[in-house]
Amino acid sequence: MQNSKTIIEFKNIVKTYGVGDAKTHALNGVNLSIKEGEFVAIMGASGSGKSTAMNMIGCLDKPSSGEYLFNGINVENLNRNQMALLRRNFLGFVFQSFNLLGRTSALENVELPLVYRKIPSKQRKEMAFEALSKVGLQSVVYNTPAQLSGGQQQRVAIARAIVSNPLVLLADEPTGNLDSIKSMEIMNLLKQLNEDENITIIMVTHEEEMAAFASRVIYFRDGHIEDSLKKGYK
Amino acid sequence: MLSNAFLIAIKEIKRNLLRSFLTILGIVIGVASVIAMVMIGDGTTANVQQSITKLGTNMLTLRVGQERRGPPREDNSAKPFTEGDINAIKNELQNIRAVAAENSSRMNVVYGNKSNSASVIGTSNDYFIIKDWEITQGRVFEEHEENSGKSSCIIGTTIVKQLFGDENPIGVNIRLKNISCNVIGVLKSKGAAAFGNDQDEIVIVPLKMFQQKIKGDKDISSILISITDGKYIENAKLEITSLMQERRAIKLEDPDNFHIRDMQDLLSTMTSTTKMLTYLLGSIAGISLLVGGIGIMNIMLVSVTERTREIGTRLAIGAMENEVLLQFLVEAIVLATLGGIIGIFLGLGIGYITVNIMDLPFILNSQIILISFVFSTLIGVFFGYFPARKAARLNPIDALRYE
Repeated sequence: MQNSKTIIEFKNIVKTYGVGDAKTHALNGVNLSIKEGEFVAIMGASGSGKSTAMNMIGCLDKPSSGEYLFNGINVENLNRNQMALLRRNFLGFVFQSFNLLGRTSALENVELPLVYRKIPSKQRKEMAFEALSKVGLQSVVYNTPAQLSGGQQQRVAIARAIVSNPLVLLADEPTGNLDSIKSMEIMNLLKQLNEDENITIIMVTHEEEMAAFASRVIYFRDGHIEDSLKKGYK
Repeated sequence: MLSNAFLIAIKEIKRNLLRSFLTILGIVIGVASVIAMVMIGDGTTANVQQSITKLGTNMLTLRVGQERRGPPREDNSAKPFTEGDINAIKNELQNIRAVAAENSSRMNVVYGNKSNSASVIGTSNDYFIIKDWEITQGRVFEEHEENSGKSSCIIGTTIVKQLFGDENPIGVNIRLKNISCNVIGVLKSKGAAAFGNDQDEIVIVPLKMFQQKIKGDKDISSILISITDGKYIENAKLEITSLMQERRAIKLEDPDNFHIRDMQDLLSTMTSTTKMLTYLLGSIAGISLLVGGIGIMNIMLVSVTERTREIGTRLAIGAMENEVLLQFLVEAIVLATLGGIIGIFLGLGIGYITVNIMDLPFILNSQIILISFVFSTLIGVFFGYFPARKAARLNPIDALRYE
């Protein structure tokens, strides 16, 4: 683990919103480094800057000042299309509200990132099927989101995030809309993916119970990192 | 990139069949009404042209009185024509096929206890040549009938139907005013004229008989002249004018007290009127096509709002701005094209049925089909572009947070 390369590196990141008196510092000089293969949980109250940090990591937003290196690439110099390509090729997203396409089968939902990667239809289906098998949904690949439980829908979303073999999987409150039993299933799945597939996972949560699955927990408060704890399980 | 956008767009259309259907409904109705309306207009134009052609196109009508607009009316103040005029035109001018007098009067025709109004025309056998009118039963006038003013007549099919029913009219006497008249022939049916009057409500008698027994004078109110070929018409008009000026002793400084009418003039007037009708119908339908286009824009705008989170998801998983733009654009174009195609078939169907019901000729205007198709596609591009741009420019974070 010690020799793994760093893929996320924040150097004195500042993010401000608004101008003049209304100017607020969402992030106020954050330094952070995440290595390949880590499972990081980000915690903090709302308004602490954890979501802003998450968007920054996910190349959805740019810092106002400071330097963000993603896998060695300086994000500051990229335009919208280049950031889209970065997301397409290296990142997978899992959202609190699943964000699956309605009236579309699980298989087709999982295929979506591959469509943008211009992978031919046959190979796309194979890869999507494999990803769905990894999350244990091989029996319901043709079901639409309406025919799946919440936990199953989130599994489809995870399959969609991992189908393109990303460097980093970003999960924003992945269990926020699920009951405790389903939440545990999802967390076990993420942990298993982290261990078996060596996928770096960064997860925002506000539940200690979920954060306990991570190898490291980062606490945000008022736009800076308050604490960073390594868990002993790994 | 284009085939990929096409793939995604088709998936989107299939995923939202009802919405897609509602989106294209406006275009379908717009295109269909343009095509159907233009087809009806074209059919009417062709119908009017045909019925005017039936009146005889290479025909000139020489009338007394000065030229004026509106339906033909007799001018009693001017000097009438004589048989000498007819003979002069026949013998002195070239490229004349036939010349016939046309004296007409409207009166009741009576047979037994039945009576019907008819246009009674005093003329000669040349009239049938000029009007290109066949006798289906019986015969034309014989020379002695024309010269003596004997009471014989040839009747139209409406008169036959009204007075005789299934009875054979040949050899039977009918009554015009107080004159008894022997039916010697029946004309082929011509149907309604361009102005809507029944051309078969007619009784034709020899000119002499008309002059002596009906009117009691030797006048001829108008002369029909058939020219051998359309290309001689202008020349013939000039020749007839100078011949008449000479025969009627009109001084150079005086206006002519006669005029010549050309069927070609009437044809072009009527055709331009019905073309106007086509443009009118077409433009009304065009407005509905435009409204259909606005419908597409409306639905696309609403669906962008509805689909904001979806766009956010697409952007987050790595779709580029251009790809989202292209997806929406292709969606709009595919829908508009599909609507256009359905509209074309629907319009052709409605037009075909209507034209059949109205008994008009079926005319396929490929130009209008092409124009309305191109127009509907352009509407798709135009109205698809702006909502698409709005969608593609969304910040992925804002789009994802959209509730």
